[in-house]
Amino acid sequence: MRGLRAALCAIALAASASAGEIPLAERRSGYDLMSRETRAMQDDDTANPGMLWVLEGESLWTKKTGDAGRACAECHGDARASMKGVAARHPAFDATRGRPVTLEQRVNVCRVDRQKAPSLAYESKELLALTAYLARQSRGVPIDVAIDQRTQPFLDAGRATFYRRQGQLNLACNQCHDDNWGRRLAGNVVPQAHPTGYPLYRLEWQSLGSLQRRLRGCLTGIRAEPYEYGAAELVDLELFLMWRARGMPFEAPAVRP
Amino acid sequence: MANALINVPPRAKRGEIIEIKTLISHPMETGYRRTQLGAAVPRDIIRAFVCTYNGTEIFRAELHPAIAANPFIAFSTVATESGTLAFQWAGDRGFSETASATISVD
Repeated sequence: MRGLRAALCAIALAASASAGEIPLAERRSGYDLMSRETRAMQDDDTANPGMLWVLEGESLWTKKTGDAGRACAECHGDARASMKGVAARHPAFDATRGRPVTLEQRVNVCRVDRQKAPSLAYESKELLALTAYLARQSRGVPIDVAIDQRTQPFLDAGRATFYRRQGQLNLACNQCHDDNWGRRLAGNVVPQAHPTGYPLYRLEWQSLGSLQRRLRGCLTGIRAEPYEYGAAELVDLELFLMWRARGMPFEAPAVRP
Repeated sequence: MANALINVPPRAKRGEIIEIKTLISHPMETGYRRTQLGAAVPRDIIRAFVCTYNGTEIFRAELHPAIAANPFIAFSTVATESGTLAFQWAGDRGFSETASATISVD
């Protein structure tokens, strides 16, 4: 723990010396910073453990559920066609809620409104399976969240969170992920924080997890109190990160160390 | 949960060395962890993996608590005849899972 604190302090000091936003052409997916073995695990669908959730999601897609007794497939048809690119466009604006919603929230809105089923808990096996299955359909699609008059204020809020120092270590996201990416934090390479492969299988978790789980982990790391799953702050931050990664190819379900 | 992912080449030449890859969903709880209240989390791991080729055992592995969740096991064998490769995993709490794949050898 002391080592981690020293490393974080070193980063905080180094940050003052170095410069702001990463130019578009210099953006790298976390994939590029991984070891050869971990890349091989992600590239081979028969070795990528995320595919276990994708297969589970495929069976949930056609399973009737809720009081309406309807399956996702009855409205949306074959996900391989109808859901291509959807994950790469979320968080997306939801008119009834008047704010952007994540892919997880979208699934739950559909479940509650159309299937008349109870919403699924964040990080539950079913929600991860469904979102992994949806995200898999966008593999290779460039990330493209819609920024317009309606979503701009939420993007700005997310940007403010990204650049706001917080927690007992008094660090902002950009101090590691803009200014010090590629350097090491306690033996791990600091990535640029582009959410290109969520939900992803993290070897440290030994499980699939959502972007919000990752963000909450980062917040705990800087000793800030993490926002609740689904909190507006996390959704806005997610929107900003997806905008920041605009044009980068989606690679879900990714594998990360 | 989709339980197992198997990758066996659908066809091969007689005498060819083929690679077989298996991935199974399992928490592989070590038995060494405790909850926040101090209660021991009981061990729940896969103990054994066996692969048979037309009924003959060609590969066996014993698994231990240090193996990560969702074990991935890859191995190779010689394609001798067309038939079925059967896979079996067995573990704590009566865990048992089977899968199979066919291969045609010419």
